[in-house]
Amino acid sequence: MSTSAPVAERPAKPENNKPRRQTSFNEGTGRLAAMLLSPTLIVLVLVVVYPILSALRESLYQSGQRVDADGFIVQGSEFVGLDNFAAIFQGETADRFWNAFYNTTFFTVTCVVLETLLGVAMALVMHKAFKGRGIVRASILVPWAIPTVVSALLWKWIFQADGIANAILGTQVLWSTEGWQSVLSVIIADTWKTAPFIGLLVLAGLQTIPDEVYEAAKVDGANPWQTFTRITLPLVKPALLVAVLFRILDTLRIFDLPFVLVGPNKSSVETLSILAYLEANQTRYGPAAAYATLLFVYVALVAYMFVKVLGADVIGEARAKTPKNNKKSGGRRDNKLEPGAAAGAATGSVTAGGGGV
Amino acid sequence: MAVAEKAPKVVDVKAAEAPWYRRWLPLIGVGIIVLYCLLPFYWMIVSALRRPTDQFDNSIIPRHWSFTNFTDVFKAGTGFGRGLLNSLIVAGTVTILTLVIGMVAAYTLARLDFKFKNFVLAIIITTSMFPGISLVIPLKKLFSDIEWINTYQAMIVPSLSFALPLAVWNLTAFFRQMPRELEQAAMVDGCTPAQAFRKVIIPLAAPGVFTTAIITFIAAWNEFLIALSMVNKKEFQTANVVISQFTGTSGRDQPFGSQMAAGVVVTIPLVIAVLLFQRRIVAGLTAGGVK
Repeated sequence: MSTSAPVAERPAKPENNKPRRQTSFNEGTGRLAAMLLSPTLIVLVLVVVYPILSALRESLYQSGQRVDADGFIVQGSEFVGLDNFAAIFQGETADRFWNAFYNTTFFTVTCVVLETLLGVAMALVMHKAFKGRGIVRASILVPWAIPTVVSALLWKWIFQADGIANAILGTQVLWSTEGWQSVLSVIIADTWKTAPFIGLLVLAGLQTIPDEVYEAAKVDGANPWQTFTRITLPLVKPALLVAVLFRILDTLRIFDLPFVLVGPNKSSVETLSILAYLEANQTRYGPAAAYATLLFVYVALVAYMFVKVLGADVIGEARAKTPKNNKKSGGRRDNKLEPGAAAGAATGSVTAGGGGV
Repeated sequence: MAVAEKAPKVVDVKAAEAPWYRRWLPLIGVGIIVLYCLLPFYWMIVSALRRPTDQFDNSIIPRHWSFTNFTDVFKAGTGFGRGLLNSLIVAGTVTILTLVIGMVAAYTLARLDFKFKNFVLAIIITTSMFPGISLVIPLKKLFSDIEWINTYQAMIVPSLSFALPLAVWNLTAFFRQMPRELEQAAMVDGCTPAQAFRKVIIPLAAPGVFTTAIITFIAAWNEFLIALSMVNKKEFQTANVVISQFTGTSGRDQPFGSQMAAGVVVTIPLVIAVLLFQRRIVAGLTAGGVK
């Protein structure tokens, strides 16, 4: 009896104590939190927010040497309003921009779809396999650990004119020339590197699904396909959505792979990042900043749509642990007021969107 | 190890009722995945070990093994050795800075309850989503104005933009897994909150901090766009940039042999680290968004 009494008491204890303890614990934590968070936030403002704003400003200026109306050479920046943006959408630069825009979008859609399918398949295999799990986990991390530049060179070597790819396929394709073949080589290289990574994230999601759910489905007579579409997919969806979102944003800024694997100034694989880089490299910062700003807006829009439409729960666990905080909706209201495009968008919908984990 | 010991038991239970293909299909799948992941990597190693004269020989195992490609890479004038050192300096500094700054923020996010917590979390995760080029272009202009081009700090500072959110996110997940009672016990014993953090939490969080350090280091080591944009002098180029700009002895043709050898040199330390700490790294990678 004497031992059972404390046991019976125990579950009640934290419930009674928690709110009281937390409120006293919380007094003045706002200021402390602000103090402790400030180094990180200051650094992020300096290396992320400031550059974004300054790119926006830069895109409205034209810098470097040019000839003024009287034929004198002028140095320094000049305010040109939206001219840089207007120039992007005119004549030859417009063709180049839309080509890069198309390439970026095409790479993103194709790669992410391929990687997701392959990744999910890999995760299912790894989940089923009991033998050799250690080997798989080790080997799956290898493509992830190889620097993108090195993997680009590796695939360039594989896709060399007299390289192994042509030898195996029995073809004479010049992979690194303009056309579908260079696009395909970039897609293959990207898929190789990141599909295992998605597999890893999805596997982690799969492992959180309790066995009982599957047993119940079996008892109810579900076939494997039904089990997959009705149980596995919905339950890994939160993990999968976050993985896919990160992959989409990552592929939208793809640079290293086409730049090293195929090369700069190849129109079939030129992406927005490469275009902006090439402009900046010729110290034409105005147009470069305009391209970068457009890419930024594009990325922010895609992220916003993704979170809004599909309800990807990006900060998942973090919020789940602080329901009290969420109910007060201190976050939610303020997010809506925040003008910063992507930040506000992402948070607002993240807070609103998620039944989540 | 524990998993390896448990595994056969589970298989036996399943195997008793499953037909043979059920037992072998996952194993075949595993084989395919392993081959998929490792074959290109194997090809890189094998190509690096060929003699430069039969570089274009496509045999699965080199007919003549040779380390010429490796010695070529480190010859004077390639700048590769210096590149490795630069990569180490940049990635190492980024990792240390990130951990020092990020640890405090992560602890705050994991432990303190305050208004705007979700907002701060979302901001931090959002900053990691911005395209690198949008940050690099204005920073490049700024750095050329303050004459930072061709310095280490010009590569280190922008790298914080992706390393810091990554580290904060990982560390927050790790700190959150540690029971609150630890600090409370320390404080009952007379520690101040700062002391509890320093003397109790940091030593216990060491595995998590270490994992975050590896992940951050790998991310910084693999960085290319910033290093390419901020530096144009050979002495300051990182290994990645040096490799991508290798030129052959004859000038025109691509020196694939030495590129593969250099790739192996750059990659092998990472692969070894990954193999040694795979369990931790997987935990760290999946902790952020998934669990």
